[in-house]
Formats: sequence, structure tokens, C-alpha cells
Amino acid sequence: MAELVKLTIDGRTIESEKGTLLIEAARQNGIEIPAFCYYEGLTLQAACRMCLVEVEKTPKLQVGCTLPVAEGMVVHTDSPVVRQSRKGMVEFLLTNHPLDCPVCDKGGECELQDMAFRYGVGESRFLERKVHTDEKQWSPVVFFDAPRCILCYRCVRICDEGIGVKALGVANRGVVAEIVPNHHDHLECDECGACIDICPVGALTSGIYRYQTRPWEMEHVGTICTHCSDGCRTTLGVRNGKIMRGNNRDRSGINGEFLCVKGRYGFDFIEHPERLQSPMMRVGDSFEPISWAAAAEEISRRFKAVKERGGKFGIIGSNHTTNEENYFLAKFARQGLGTNNIDHHRTGDLATFFDALSGRNDALATTADLYSASAVLIVGNDLSQQHPFLAYQARANVRHHQAHIYTVTSGPVREDNYSVGSAANVEDLRDKLKSEKDLVIVFGDSVQGDALRKLVAFGDSLGIPVKYVCLVDYSNSRGAFDMGVVPRDGGMSIDQMLAAPDLDVLWVVGANPLKRGSLSAENAFVVVQDLFLTETARRADIVLPAASAYEKSGTVTNVCGEVQKLKQALKVMGAKTDLEIFGLIAKEMKLNLGIWLPDKVFEEIRKNVRGYNVPLPVVATGGAAPTLPLNGHVAALPGVIQSAGDTLFTSGSLSKYSKILNAVMEAPGGLYEGSKER
Amino acid sequence: MALYNEPSPLETRIVSKRFGLPNSASLDTYLATDGFVAFRKAREMAPEQIIEEVKASSLRGRGGAGFPTGLKWSFVPRTSPKPKYIIVNADESEPGTCKDRLLMEYDPHQLIEGILIASLAVDAHKGYIYIRGEYRYLIDMMDKAIAEAYAKGYLGKNIAGTGWDFDLYTHSGAGAYECGEETALLDSLEGKRGVPRMKPPFPAVAGAWASPTLLNNVETYSAVPYIIREGGKAFADLGTPKNGGTRLVCISGHVNKPGVYELPLGFPMMKAINEVAGGIPHGRKLKAVVPGGSSCPFLRAEECDIPMDYDTLAKLGSMLGSGGMVVMDETTDMVKVALRVMRFYAHESCGWCIPCREGTTWLRKILQRMVDGGGRREDVAMLGELSKNMLGRTFCALGDAAAMPTISIVEKFAEDFEKYIVPEAVLV
Amino acid sequence: MTFSPALEERFAALLQKYPEGKTRSAVIPMLIYAQDEVGAITPELIEEVAKRCGVAPLQVDEVVGYYSMLHRKPLGKYHVQVCTNISCMLVGGEELYEHAKKKLGIGHKEVTADGQFSLEEVECMGACSWAPAVEINYDFHHFVTPEQLDKLIDGLKKAH
Ligand SMILES: Cc1cc2nc3c(=O)[nH]c(=O)nc-3n(C[C@H](O)[C@H](O)[C@H](O)COP(=O)(O)O)c2cc1C
Ligand code: SF4
Ligand code: FES
Repeated sequence: MAELVKLTIDGRTIESEKGTLLIEAARQNGIEIPAFCYYEGLTLQAACRMCLVEVEKTPKLQVGCTLPVAEGMVVHTDSPVVRQSRKGMVEFLLTNHPLDCPVCDKGGECELQDMAFRYGVGESRFLERKVHTDEKQWSPVVFFDAPRCILCYRCVRICDEGIGVKALGVANRGVVAEIVPNHHDHLECDECGACIDICPVGALTSGIYRYQTRPWEMEHVGTICTHCSDGCRTTLGVRNGKIMRGNNRDRSGINGEFLCVKGRYGFDFIEHPERLQSPMMRVGDSFEPISWAAAAEEISRRFKAVKERGGKFGIIGSNHTTNEENYFLAKFARQGLGTNNIDHHRTGDLATFFDALSGRNDALATTADLYSASAVLIVGNDLSQQHPFLAYQARANVRHHQAHIYTVTSGPVREDNYSVGSAANVEDLRDKLKSEKDLVIVFGDSVQGDALRKLVAFGDSLGIPVKYVCLVDYSNSRGAFDMGVVPRDGGMSIDQMLAAPDLDVLWVVGANPLKRGSLSAENAFVVVQDLFLTETARRADIVLPAASAYEKSGTVTNVCGEVQKLKQALKVMGAKTDLEIFGLIAKEMKLNLGIWLPDKVFEEIRKNVRGYNVPLPVVATGGAAPTLPLNGHVAALPGVIQSAGDTLFTSGSLSKYSKILNAVMEAPGGLYEGSKER
Repeated sequence: MALYNEPSPLETRIVSKRFGLPNSASLDTYLATDGFVAFRKAREMAPEQIIEEVKASSLRGRGGAGFPTGLKWSFVPRTSPKPKYIIVNADESEPGTCKDRLLMEYDPHQLIEGILIASLAVDAHKGYIYIRGEYRYLIDMMDKAIAEAYAKGYLGKNIAGTGWDFDLYTHSGAGAYECGEETALLDSLEGKRGVPRMKPPFPAVAGAWASPTLLNNVETYSAVPYIIREGGKAFADLGTPKNGGTRLVCISGHVNKPGVYELPLGFPMMKAINEVAGGIPHGRKLKAVVPGGSSCPFLRAEECDIPMDYDTLAKLGSMLGSGGMVVMDETTDMVKVALRVMRFYAHESCGWCIPCREGTTWLRKILQRMVDGGGRREDVAMLGELSKNMLGRTFCALGDAAAMPTISIVEKFAEDFEKYIVPEAVLV
Repeated sequence: MTFSPALEERFAALLQKYPEGKTRSAVIPMLIYAQDEVGAITPELIEEVAKRCGVAPLQVDEVVGYYSMLHRKPLGKYHVQVCTNISCMLVGGEELYEHAKKKLGIGHKEVTADGQFSLEEVECMGACSWAPAVEINYDFHHFVTPEQLDKLIDGLKKAH
């Protein structure tokens, strides 16, 4: 327990841990010391001088953001001289500021506006000509308006310390000092937009959001990003049925304020012109729109026929759809159609993983563990590319707790920059790891089957507490597995389905197996639910337009097994959620599979699915509830396990239909050349 | 070598004692004139003893802040396992100051010996002389002196056969006043923008490359050989109590014999102006004096009948600073002086903190507007008020350095602003 | 980029000067010495220095913008720097600078058409007691009168 000191702030005696920064100690006690440059978790700057306060027995005003509290300190944060000082700072800040609030994106949520309102003076005494430079575009998504910049260096720090890219710097000095991008006139970076979000003013603006709306005109919907499996919470700003932006400024969710380029910008696929809007039926070589009722009737008729004659179903589920949808689909397959031929694109060997841990739930790492463990071993994955949030956690862990990172990867990865040297061989690595307090091992799809068992055995042999993350790729890959969208009890895997010449029905929900594979059964009746006319959908007999994750409610489970709630942000004309579609078909087939409302299905999941009896309030309030899926042997499953190999800028079809993600991939620089190919 | 100015008989030549000797910069000349006697003596002393001697000398930093040198030396953790560094501040950019130049040009080995003694005191084995980029010829001269010292065994391994090792290098700046500020200097030495660092940690604990670092001005180190050779007391006795020794005073501006003169602390200011520097030309009257570089609050003529020591100037609300004494006669337009001074600080502000970055430029613009014919009565008060909004609130002392002279000019020379006040000033 | 053998030698020495692994420290000296030879800090030079010192080009770029002696555009063969700071100003520094402008026909940070001369009004350069002062390239000139400045400039023109 850290030592406590007693101090007085504005006449109130408070207790605080020794060494706490005064600004934090005050905040913890509900006293605001204003600041621009101070930012929790980033290095201290003491540059903006907004936090100056009076400390008795010191002649000068003291810097609240760097001053550690000490026993007996007497602080005044609201004395006349402090107030006067703040007025002076705001006045200085505004001298070269364009004061263009009426046309500034940040208006209404601008920290400079707030400070001027709260601490500034009413009139301007600055009569001179302002320093002006023109606005610049640094990338498809990042614009910079230097005159609005107050040089708090938050952007520079979040990019360097938070994201690990170091794409921003400072040019010139004095009053013409200016933030600059790493490649002269443009950025070559992750395009994550963290700099834009952290900017307290309207200096850095987002290519998709600028001049689109006022913040108060939007509804803010907190949901989960649909791209990778890390499960970042993103707060969507929605106006008139359109997502205007994504961010997580309220730091709700496991990811705090972190979002990568996909989480922040990758939702425009929703309004892509090729988005399917109506059910369609194949007529010859082309499709014709039909009504939902007609589609359901046709599907029901064909399914029933195959079921009655004991024909072969193949069902491919999705790793983007909700737990409720996956659960319902698995139930549909097993109870409704009587088949075990159900699978999804598996990107990590979860079956072997769970089996190897044989019931030790405490060996499952959460995303928070990556931030708190004293060491992280990364095996066979480019974490910054494929799991940007996990990488961010590990980096923050290094920064805040001096954690040790070890990397065992086939090529250079960003985490190498943080790693504590390399190990000559496994024995050497073992020796090094043994001296750590505890460890999280994160591994990718190259570790499966026997190799996976060996890795777990290796971890277990270290004699220190070890937790594991078996990496999977998509927003609900983990949920698809847990909900049983896998070929248990002799069912066929995807490859077996595609290869079976006598398959009668192929039902594909939010997946694109024919992008790489081909369907052997020429006469199979193919039903596809998707957002777009993918390679697979093109082969379908009936295509049903599905809603995306941003258009539905339900839950998803991230790579670490944490369940979180999706909140519907908008409704798209024509499409239905996959759950609604299942319900429609089930009703048509007169199957009794229960109510298909997300909340009801989740209730069922909590009762029936191993490890999912999570506390409802946690999930309902937007929290992340870890699942405990292990209690013994899990049978290995047939079929191929392969990572999708997505990068920071791709996520299967979704990124293909996102103009903005394509734009950043094509942006000058080509730091990530080849991203598009993958 | 010709000196830039004639010496004065009123000087007490301690650190400048070799100035003007033939080949004064050569090691031979140095060795022939007590060179390295002090180092050998210091080698026999315990580090604590060296520091005690420096404390006894009451030597205070000659770079500007006037911090007691012995005390600073005692802050370096001698037993730290990290390497320790000696850094010499030869950035000399405080307007009005031009003394470190002479110390390096005419007596580089005195500086080297001072550095070596400091290295003994804090157990350092590497040192860097940070020289402003404009002084390229001095970098070359210093490099030559260092090479000579290496060649003759006064640097490198086993210095002068005493078993002490020390390596010394020069490092070039590239034009930035702020890099004279000790922590900005360290950032610059590390290859970064010269932005000051947060203190604590102080350089003594975590300075160059995060290692314990002793940083002093050229003149400060240059005084050390005398102090060790003759004893701290001998040096202290040259000045007045608590204001030990001599210092180089750079007299410039409206005097007949501008120049750099070594005067004991406590030397009367008027005597320095009238006798050492030959008085004010054309029989004009004194108007103002900058006592120690343009960062120091200005003195009005009436305030100048004083002994030049730290305490007296502090009482007057000013400072001895870096020894740059600028003399202004009655014809001087203090508004123009204020403008020129503020142009300097606005140009040199590193831009890190808001009040200095915005304040210096704003003040500069107001002064420029006044001089250009757009002065308003309220501008005068505003100049003072804005300066006070900077004073003591900036990250480093550059902000204070800009505010202090301005406040003093506004307060002490208000009459000079009158002619710039245009009653119906229209604003551009 | 290729440099003269003398400069290469200096670079090699620079990289040795600093404690192990602290090659970033060589950035500023390298830039200023290279500028003397190359004529300006070009983007190419920035890349080169970054590579040699083991830092990102952005880190070098940041430095270039900070230091007033580092120039992105070429200066004249003779860079005439006139100080107008307080000590110089009091004894004619500003007049001297005005004179230099007329004499060379260029203003602050401008270069003559033939590329021979450039002019800069500079801050205090440590010659206050011998003011007004002028520095041409790295050579100091003290107590400079307008006539002497003419002579200096004419002399350089002739030398050319
Ligand atoms: C803006 C600024 C500029 C400075 N410039 C110089 C300088 O050029 N030379 C110098 O020796 N000290 C300068 N100083 C003072 C140094 O920070 C430091 O106090 C000094 O070098 C310490 O050495 P000393 O104790 O021997 O004086 C400057 C300080 C500030 C705030
Ligand atoms: S006072 Fe602030 S802006 Fe000025 S030089 Fe110091 S840190 Fe830089
Ligand atoms: S004022 Fe000109 S050199 Fe100092």
C-alpha cells in the first residue's frame, strides 16, 4: 500500500498517495485544475501553463501537472492570482488563434472553447496581425489547420508513445512552431486518427467528418467495432440514419480511447452503392428481386424437401455475426435441419487450445492482462497489423509498467522495437522467461495442433503464472466457435462441404468461402445472406440482404473471450439482421426454435452455452464480461485453420467496400504497399 | 595576437591574466605561466576538498543565474554507477555578452584545466564544450588546443602522469539562444530541438544522456585553476563578502572604450563606465544601464551609483547576469531599445510554452506598431501587464528574460513612450 | 550522397565523439558542416544524416527547422550577417544593416542574383564590446563602419 499524504486544496483537506501529481489528486477529489497539455498516460510537458496554481510557501505559481503532492502542502486553485494567470494564458493562446469557431468541426466539443468560456476574458485586446498558414491535407483522413493548433503536443505523443509510429513532429520554433507530418507534406502512418481525436481543438480534423455536422446534432451510439477480433468499443456519431464518425472519446470499453483506422473510419461500406437491398433469386444467369415472403417460402420449400429425403446440408456461418445469430444458426442446423454439417472460417485453433488448457480458465488472458502482465511473449503474429488494440495494450504496458516484450515472429514486427532483446534459442528464451513475474503468451494461426500443445507445455514449464491468447481474426470468430458453429460429432468442415459432390444445400451466412474455394456439388441449392454480392453470393440461388454489425443489436465475443454488447446505430432499407432472417425461415418451415429476439436468445445462451453465464448488468451497461468456456475436454475438429492475413487496413469484404479504407491504402507513401493484395 | 580592446590598468587580471601574452593560446605558454599546477594539486586532494575549496571561493556561476558553483558541484552523485559528464556552456548568446570568446581564444588551456579539476571533483571522464555555431573559428581553436593537450599528455589517458583519464570534445551549436539554457543545451547536445527539460531531475542527477552531469559556464570553469592554486579564500578576498572573485565585464554601448575588462566583484559601476570604459562620448549624460545582459532589468542613471555585486543588484531588482553591461546615453530611445530586445526574444523563444511563445511575439508586435506610428495610450500599460502575465509563469527563464527588461523599461522610462502615443491612433 | 574526403573524415570523427549508441548527438554538427559543403540542407541531406545517425528523417527535419543557422535554401557564397541587437544597435548596427541592404541590393535572407552574396540581420553574435559587428561566413569583423563594409564586400567581389 502506497504511503498516503495529507494536503489541503482550496481549504479542503484531502489524502492522496504520495507522489501523485497534484492535478490528479485534485481531480480525484472533484477539483478541476485546467490543462491542455497534460494528458493521463502520456509523458508530461508542462507546456500550456494552464495548470498553474498557488502553493503556499513557494514564491512562484506552481505547475499542477508536474508537481507531486507532499505532506502538508497547501494549494489554492482558485485564488485571484491563479484566476488572473489563467485569464492571461487563455488570452495568450487566443492571440494567434483564428477564432473561427462557427465553421470549426470542434465547435461544441472544443477544450479551448470550454477554457475560454470558463477561465478566459470576454474581450480581446489583441489588435495585431495574426500568424497564418494555410490548411493542409496530410492524408485522405487527416487534415491539419495550424493556426488553430495550440501546441499541446498531445498528437505527437499519442502517435509516438501510444501508437508507436512517431509520425508527427514539430518544425520551426517560437510563434511559428508547427506540427509536421513525417514525410514532408504527407503522413505515412497507421492512419488511425488518434491524433485527431486527442486534439483538444480543431487543428487536426478528420477527412470523413470535417464540415459534415455539429457534434450536438448527432446521436452517440456506443457499440463494438466489426472489423478485427479485438473488440474495441466505438462510439458512433449518427445523424439522419448516417454514421458520421466513430471514436471513443468517452473511454468507455476495454480499449479506452484507442481505435485503429478500421474502427474509426471503416463503416462507410454500409452505404456502398453495391450494398444489397432486396432478396434476389437466380433466373438463368442473372438475379431478380423478389419479396422477403417469396424468398422465405422458396427456401423453406427446398430445405424441407432436402430434410425430408435425408439429403445433405452444408451450413457456413459467419465470424462477423452476433452470438445470438450464431447460436440460433447452430440450433437451426442441429435441431431444425438435423445436421452437424456446420462450420465457419476458423482462424485460430481454439479447439486444441481449449483442450490443451484442459479446464484451467485462469489461463485465459483478458485484454487487460496484456496491459498488466510483467511480460508478453508474441509468437507468430504481426500484432500491430492484425491486432492493433492488443499491440496498443502491450505498448502501454511497456510505457507505464516497464513490461518486457519478447517476439518470436518470422519477419520484423513493430513490437520488436519494444522487445527486450532476442533469444538465441528456446532454452535461452525459457531461461529469460523464467525470471519474469508473470507472462501472457499471444500466438497466431501458425501455432496449431501439436505445436499449440507444445507451446502450452512450454508455458506451463516456466514455473510462473502464464496466461494465453489464441489469436483469431474477426469480430466474432470466438463467438462462432463458442456458439457451436463448428462441425462437432462427425459433421463436415467447410472444405468437406465444398468438396462433397452430393451436397444438396449450401447455406452461407456472412461468409465468402468461394473467394478461394470452389463448390463441387453443381446442383446444390445455395442460399447466401450477405451485405454484398460476393463471389459466394454470385453462385447463390437465393441471396438475402443482411444487416451489418452496426445495424443490429446482440453480443459479440472478442479474441480474449470477453462478451460485449452491440447497439444498433441505424437501420438500412431493405436489409434484415441475420437473426430476423433465420426467424423468418424457421417460421416459414414451422420449426419451433424459440423466440428470435436478441435479448431472449442471449438469455438462452447464458443458460446453455458453457462459460457464458456472464453477469447481465455488466453486458447490459456496455461492459466486457469475460467468458469461462473451459471445463474439460474439447474434441479436435476437422478442417483447415488459417488466418485471413488481414492488415491494419483490410478486413475481408468489408474493407473491399469501404472507400475510405481503400483511399488510405492508396494514399501516397506506400508504407503498407501490398496491403490491398492480401 | 591583438586583443580586441586595450586592457585597463584598473583591472584585476585573474582569468584574463594571459590575455595578450605572445602565443597565449599555446600549451607551452600556459605551462610557463602556472599551467597545470592546480590540476596536479587537485589530484592530491580528496574530491570533497576540491569542492570545499570552490565553496570557500564563493564563486558563483558566470553564465547568468549566479548559482554558487561549489554547491552545484556537490549535487553530482559521485558514486553513481552511470558515467558522468562535464559540460561546458560556451553558447554565449545573451545580448551584451562577449567574454567566453576571449577565454577560449586567448587561454583555452586554462579552461581545459578547470574542466579537468571539475572532473576530479565529480569523478567524470568525459566532457563536451558546447560552442555556439557562430563561433566556428573558436571551435577550430578549441579543437587545436585540445589536440595539443592530447599530444602532450594533458588530455586522454594518464593525464600528466597522474593516472587520471579524461576525454574532451567540442560540440557545435547551430544558432539558438535558447540552447544556452542548460537543459535545452543538453537536448541540443543529444541532437534534438533545443527545448528545455523539466526540472527536477536536475542535470546534476540526470543530465546528458540521462547521466549525472556537471554543467557550468566557460568563465566559471576558467576561474577554477586559480582557486585551487591560490586557495578559495584568495579568490574570495578579491571581491566583497559573499561575492568572491573577479569577473569579466563586457562593457558596450555608449562608452568611449568599450571592451571586456576583468573587475573584482563590488567594483563601482560608475567607475567602470567613466574610468575603465573611458566615459560616455560627446560629453553626454548617462540614461540607462543594462547590468548583465539584455535579460536583466534596466537601471536608470540615478540607480547606477552602486558596487557591482550580486546582492546589491538583487536589491535593486536586477541582476549581474552574464556580465554584459550595456551603457545607454541620454539620446537613447528606450522604446526602440525595448522593441529590439523583444524582437530578439520573440525570435529566440523556443515555442514550447504558451506565455513565452505568444507573449514575446505579441509584445514585439505592440512595440513595432507603436514605433511605426500606431501607439495608443493603453498600450503602455498593456506592455507591462502582458509581461507580468509571462513573468514567473513560463517553462524556462527565457520568458522571464523577455519580461523583466520590458517591465523595467515600461516602469522606469514611461516618458519615452509619450512621443509614440498618437491620440487618434487608427489601427491597421 | 557523397561528400568530400575531408567531410567524410569529420563525419567519422563525429560519430566517434559521443558515448556509445548516442550517434543522434552528431545530427546538428553533421548538418552544419554538411551545409557548408552542400550549400543548403536539402531533403536528400536530411535523409542521409538521418541514416548515418540512426534516426528517423522526421527527427532531423525537426532540428533543421529549429536552428537559425540551418538553411533549406542555398545562401550566397559569402553570407553577410549584420548584428542589430542592442549593443550593435546603439552604435550604428541598424544603419550598417540598411547600408548593407543597399550595397548588396538584397534584403533579409535574400541572395544576390549571381549567388555571390546573401544577407541576414542576425541576433547578438558575441561581439558586443566591439560593435557594430559583422560576420561574413565564419569571419568576424569588429567596429565596422559603412565604408569598411563596402571595402570588405568589394574585396570579396574582387577575390572572386
Ligand atoms: C534562455 C537562457 C539562455 C542562457 N544562455 C546562457 C549562455 O549562453 N551561456 C551560459 O553560460 N549560460 C546561459 N544560461 C544559463 C544556464 O542555464 C546555466 O545557468 C549556466 O550555464 C550554468 O553555469 P554557471 O553556473 O557556471 O553559470 C542561459 C539561461 C537561460 C534561461
Ligand atoms: S519560456 Fe517557454 S517557449 Fe520560451 S524558451 Fe522557455 S520553454 Fe521555450
Ligand atoms: S549586440 Fe551585436 S554582437 Fe552583441
